[in-house]
Amino acid sequence: MWKFIHQLASPPHFYRIAQILIPWLAVPGLLLIGYGTYAGLFLAPMDYQQGDAFRIIYVHVPSAYLSMLAYMTMAVSAGIGLIWRIKLSHAVAAAAAPLGAWFTFLALATGSIWGKPMWGTWWEWGDPRLTSELIMLFLYFGYMALRGAIDDTSKADRASAVLALVGAVNVPIIHFSVEWWSSLHQGPTLIKEGGPAMDPGMLYPLLAMILGFTLVFGALLLRRVRAEVLFRERRTRWVKDLVLSGGN
Amino acid sequence: MTAQLSADALTLFRGERCLFQGLSFALNPGELLLLEGRNGTGKTSLMRAIAGLIEFEDGDIHWQGKPVRTNRQSFYGSLVWMQHRVGFKADLTLVENLRFETHLRAQSGQDFEEVLKRLDIDRLKRLPMRSLSAGQQRRVALARMLLSSVPLWLMDEPFTNLDREGRALVMNLTTEHLDRGGMCIMAAHQDVEIGGNVQKIVLQ
Amino acid sequence: MNTEDESISMFSGIAGIARRDLLLAWKRPGDVLNPLFFFAMVAALFPLAVGPSPEQLKLSGPAVLWVAALLSMLLSLNSLFLSDYEDGSLDQMLVSPIPLSALALGKTLAHWLTSGLPLVVVSPVVAITFQMPFSVTGYLMLTLLLGTISLSLLGSVGAALTVGLHRGTALLSLLILPLAMPILIFGARTVSLVASGDGVAGGLYFLAAYAVLTLSFAPFATAAALRISNE
Repeated sequence: MWKFIHQLASPPHFYRIAQILIPWLAVPGLLLIGYGTYAGLFLAPMDYQQGDAFRIIYVHVPSAYLSMLAYMTMAVSAGIGLIWRIKLSHAVAAAAAPLGAWFTFLALATGSIWGKPMWGTWWEWGDPRLTSELIMLFLYFGYMALRGAIDDTSKADRASAVLALVGAVNVPIIHFSVEWWSSLHQGPTLIKEGGPAMDPGMLYPLLAMILGFTLVFGALLLRRVRAEVLFRERRTRWVKDLVLSGGN
Repeated sequence: MTAQLSADALTLFRGERCLFQGLSFALNPGELLLLEGRNGTGKTSLMRAIAGLIEFEDGDIHWQGKPVRTNRQSFYGSLVWMQHRVGFKADLTLVENLRFETHLRAQSGQDFEEVLKRLDIDRLKRLPMRSLSAGQQRRVALARMLLSSVPLWLMDEPFTNLDREGRALVMNLTTEHLDRGGMCIMAAHQDVEIGGNVQKIVLQ
Repeated sequence: MNTEDESISMFSGIAGIARRDLLLAWKRPGDVLNPLFFFAMVAALFPLAVGPSPEQLKLSGPAVLWVAALLSMLLSLNSLFLSDYEDGSLDQMLVSPIPLSALALGKTLAHWLTSGLPLVVVSPVVAITFQMPFSVTGYLMLTLLLGTISLSLLGSVGAALTVGLHRGTALLSLLILPLAMPILIFGARTVSLVASGDGVAGGLYFLAAYAVLTLSFAPFATAAALRISNE
């Protein structure tokens, strides 16, 4: 087992395995998203309160979920990189951050668009989820800014890893405090926990979208890590051989 | 018998550039290790890496048979370091600066006044560090070394900014330290006249 | 200064470096006073921008004072490790047998004593201009007391990460502000709740718990960050 992990962590090995893995994630992911989009738009019944506007959850919920998953991926791999000094792990963290920021932005944008017909405004501070997503976006910006400010890759890796870990400890606290904050004035919430069970016709497309988004995220992440690895290993023998042989 | 300080097959990179590869040495009580080489050959980087401030790409340093990497604190309890930036606060007086040092490492118990007198800085005691010349500040850094009781001295370019007496003083103090069974690693790009056991490493 | 043969300890290290930094602050009072003036000025900006209506000021007082305090803390955090980094003191701290986390804690303690505590002391004066009743001012001071401890500790991590970087000031704010949101939320809201006559124990407990949490984690994160930044 350990041997396998060590082999996987070696850049040329990872580079090859990721290449094989990407289509296996991307194709099912895109199929699921295709099904989810069609079913979500045409098959799922209309919500009796929100009308057709609710259909944006098929993008909003998976994006919001991925903004968390990407942060966790980033923090965990940064932590592994910091503790066990695995360079590949830092490359994963570096590659995950812009993806996470992008999904966070998507969650904010769709949440805001959803809010317009629901609340009559593009932005509602009373919604704790949107507010935490906004803080989440700032966390991503901070992480990427710190990385960008340090020239030396290894130093940037470790400094941003410390930040990611401090952030990871804080994320649940931020969520909790924003919940408390908004509970004080009973703001409108889009999804209530323990609310009425969702109609299966609505739920299955949503689950398909969540899974599809996750798989595509995995594929995009691997692609980005491959590029990151190639850049970081640009002085090494195997990259030179790879380029000279014209392969990928 | 294993050496007090030993280094095996050290490799150090600064950015993309490899400074040296496979560097090994061993240091025993009473010995001086002299690092020579032109500017930019990595003397200071090697010194910083020995002090654990930057990491070797490969290789390990052992102090009393234990790897420094995992026994940092006990290694730091055994060394004092003089480098180009002396590490004193410009706003504090000489005495205030040296008093702070007593919190950082074990003290030798040498008489404070005598040490200052010997280094010819006893008249400057109440002056803020900023009003001292660069050479006088180096002398205060020497006082820090004399006042602490540690076996290993790391000296990066100790002669910079010092006048002739100052340079002679550094050599005498180092010789005395070695005679007491101390060890010293010194980076210098000028001739050093120190008797006894001297090893040289020339960085290319 | 006769050198006693007492063995050095972690506590003497913490006390020693805190003492040194306090002495430095004593010799440069501007470093302590400027963030305080900044605090008062930011607080004064608000009535000038919004208008002098006492009702409105009373309502927004806790929020404005807390935001001003947060920004003022950020201002002073920027220089926390800068001079140590520049004059080589940080190198000396790194190669000391005293754990770096203890020294970082000592420095953070001095920082809080010279920036957080003065804010707590000055805040009632500024609060008067926002028509804050005395019964509420006590809570303002208490929340600031607990909140600035966390801010100093959390900020020390950010200051350690950005020391020696170009444009570190803007970066420090970008790193620390999102992390500091919970402190702001609980600090400001708790004071508002007192003002409107609601229960406040929850907010105070949170601030106290958060201070304990940062106290137990931040020094280690700061030490790790300093090692990385000082390479």
